[in-house]
Amino acid sequence: MEIPYTIQARPDTGLYNGKLGIWLFLASEVMLFGALFSSLILLRTGAETWPAGWERLNVPLATLNTFILIGSSVTVILSWASLRLGDFRKAKIYLGITLLCGLGFMVIKAIEYGTKFSHHYYPSTDTFYSVYYMMTGLHGLHVLGGMVVFAYLLGPGAKMWEKEPGRYTNRVEVTGLYWHFVDLVWIFLFPILYLL
Amino acid sequence: MTSRRQIRVGKSWMSPSEAEKALREAIRVQKEEERQHGDDHHHQGFVRTYIFSTDHKWIGIQYAITALLFLLFGFGLMLIMRWQLAFPGQPIPFLAGLLGDARAPGGILLPEAYNELGAMHGTIMVFLAIVPLAVGAFGNYVVPLQIGAPDMAFPKLNMMSYWVYAVGGVIMLMSFFAPAGAAQSGWTSYPPLSVIAGAGQTWWLVGMIFLITSSLLGSVNFLVTIIQLRAPGLTFMKLPFFVWAQFITSFLLLLAFPPLEAAGVMQLMDRVLGTSFFLPTGLVVGGEIVQAAGGGSPLLWQHLFWFLAHPEVYVLILPALGIVAEVIANNTRKPLWGYRAMVYATIFLGFMSFVVWAHHMFLTGMGTTISAFFQTTTMIISIPSVVILTSLFLSLWGSSMRFNTPMLFALAFLPMFGIGGLTGLPLGLAAADIHLHDTYYVIGHFHYVVAPGTIFAMMAGIYYWYPKVTGRKMNEKLGKLHFWLSLVFINVIFAPMFIQGLAGISRRLYDGGEQYAHAHPALKMNIPMSYAAWLLLLAQLPFIFNFFASIKWGEKVGSNPWSATTLEWAATTSPPLGHGNFVEIPVVHRGPYEYNAPGTTDEMDFLAQNAEDPVAPDGGFFPQHAVAKQEA
Repeated sequence: MEIPYTIQARPDTGLYNGKLGIWLFLASEVMLFGALFSSLILLRTGAETWPAGWERLNVPLATLNTFILIGSSVTVILSWASLRLGDFRKAKIYLGITLLCGLGFMVIKAIEYGTKFSHHYYPSTDTFYSVYYMMTGLHGLHVLGGMVVFAYLLGPGAKMWEKEPGRYTNRVEVTGLYWHFVDLVWIFLFPILYLL
Repeated sequence: MTSRRQIRVGKSWMSPSEAEKALREAIRVQKEEERQHGDDHHHQGFVRTYIFSTDHKWIGIQYAITALLFLLFGFGLMLIMRWQLAFPGQPIPFLAGLLGDARAPGGILLPEAYNELGAMHGTIMVFLAIVPLAVGAFGNYVVPLQIGAPDMAFPKLNMMSYWVYAVGGVIMLMSFFAPAGAAQSGWTSYPPLSVIAGAGQTWWLVGMIFLITSSLLGSVNFLVTIIQLRAPGLTFMKLPFFVWAQFITSFLLLLAFPPLEAAGVMQLMDRVLGTSFFLPTGLVVGGEIVQAAGGGSPLLWQHLFWFLAHPEVYVLILPALGIVAEVIANNTRKPLWGYRAMVYATIFLGFMSFVVWAHHMFLTGMGTTISAFFQTTTMIISIPSVVILTSLFLSLWGSSMRFNTPMLFALAFLPMFGIGGLTGLPLGLAAADIHLHDTYYVIGHFHYVVAPGTIFAMMAGIYYWYPKVTGRKMNEKLGKLHFWLSLVFINVIFAPMFIQGLAGISRRLYDGGEQYAHAHPALKMNIPMSYAAWLLLLAQLPFIFNFFASIKWGEKVGSNPWSATTLEWAATTSPPLGHGNFVEIPVVHRGPYEYNAPGTTDEMDFLAQNAEDPVAPDGGFFPQHAVAKQEA
């Protein structure tokens, strides 16, 4: 039994199954983070005082993280483009760089969290820190999830390139779409938490 | 003249009996081949076939069995509560030992245990019974067959949805063994009560996160399947209404559940990490100020919760409407009246269901402007519901109905859902809601929608598709016994709730309202209501027996026992082929309900979706088909 349109696009929708699936999944992710951002707005407007993010959080480190994530979004596209050109070796290098960027992001995040903990700023300290830890924490889990998939595509999943190159390319594209979304969430999180 | 009754198999045309023979031959050959290639990928071990199966049909059956067990369990919790309501303070017969001294010392139910039963009844019925049955079971089994797909778009993800759901269910059951018992803060889990509640609430939240994840995976799968895997020629306006209902339902699940997931994570953090998302400053519990940072908002939870839970109401009802539409069209032997209007109404309903949530919160003091907005949208959303229900009623007009068990359940659904819907209107108006809020009137309203509404539709679906799953019909006599007893008892349970609610009896009172003088006349009704509830359990015994006994002893039937037009009946065997459903993917030529259309005869009164156009007596096409051909 073969499921149709796993590799080729369906002519009338112009999409293969995985791509449509990831777009729908991202729609639900928009609702998830939309709910979190709405909660932040409601809590902040309801609070008597709300600290400015830049007074409490480390803006330079977060700026660095922003550039790392944006860079990784570029390399994941380059990896997909290389696969389309049939250059598997180059694609693996770009995927590797993306994975390293993800790792770098998480390390910097861990340093940020560690500094906060050492100054006894916990999620229970006040609503600002509750929101900060919750939103960056959930975003971090998303980054981690993306890294696991990249590691799989580089490691055991790479065998697929030999047998079904089209399907492998699709997998990289779909993971890339997810990765762009994770990047986009950070681009909203950074100014709202750190700069406002 | 014989050509109109021919069916396409492969590249050749055959009469139905020849086609049946060819299908059986194909199955025999396939089985033969499987036996010869023991290591072939078709031949999978016990675990892959029955436990971690990726076949949508088996996953549908897994969902159905699990959800029906949860339905029975949730019903059982309610039966204990009904004792406490009818005979407050008296020892519970039979079950006292099972409940134990922690919950019912001397057999008398404690208030905490009553709250536990209430919260878990709601949670189990909504999230573990009805939604998995309506979407997981019926959706999984029927949708791919109705759209002519070999399976769901992502079979492994489908398997994962079921198992994540199963884990969520186990966590919910385990929570009964947590210290101080399971969740006790109602199925809505309003903070601050839920944040300061016992450990069972944490289990509840973790369980909910699993259930939400399962729904999200499932909804993505359904949407991709319906958009991508429709058979050739099956355009959106030729989809059976059931598929449309599942399609919109999946959109609701996809977009409404994530905010509850966010809220669940926040409440979990409030409980485990000591945050204060939902805890206000200066909260006093038992005379002492709660040690928390404060600054949170209990209303935030209500907004996030109802943003899910109102669309959830339509998740509960749309698949039911889909099943009823299929059963009614099939048994009236007529096309559905206003198919297009029903489809557009369903789409509109889906959109509107996202902007009505705060009508559950009129009593929170949101302000009159917001209340006015939400009561307006609530009145607007009743329009598409009425359009769908009216279309279904009008579909009955002038037909010669077949009164089989599925049809009886579907027919009973119409007035029952009507009562449920119409009694909802006063609740949607802020002024009336102030009196009725949190009374038994609300319980009566939504139980009419869900119990004699959705559950009756589910029963119609079970009796209707049972021959497709097993190749045998369920017993009609037992089915009718099940139907009539259920119909009577369920109304005796729920109709008096409207009177109790109008008398002002609160829905959450442990003793049913004994202490309130104004409630006494209406409270007497609790005794017949409770007897009806226990008798309703007995009325399910013929169904349970019928369900299992018919697997072995039911009347054997062919692939299309109801003479239906849709692909799951017309294009595949009963039960369908193990892998891929169809010998060859069918080609669709027409809409889903061509009963008694031009070109049909008395002995063959329908045109299947995949049948070729019939030939008119003069050798040409019937005018309707000729026009359709030109448009295509």
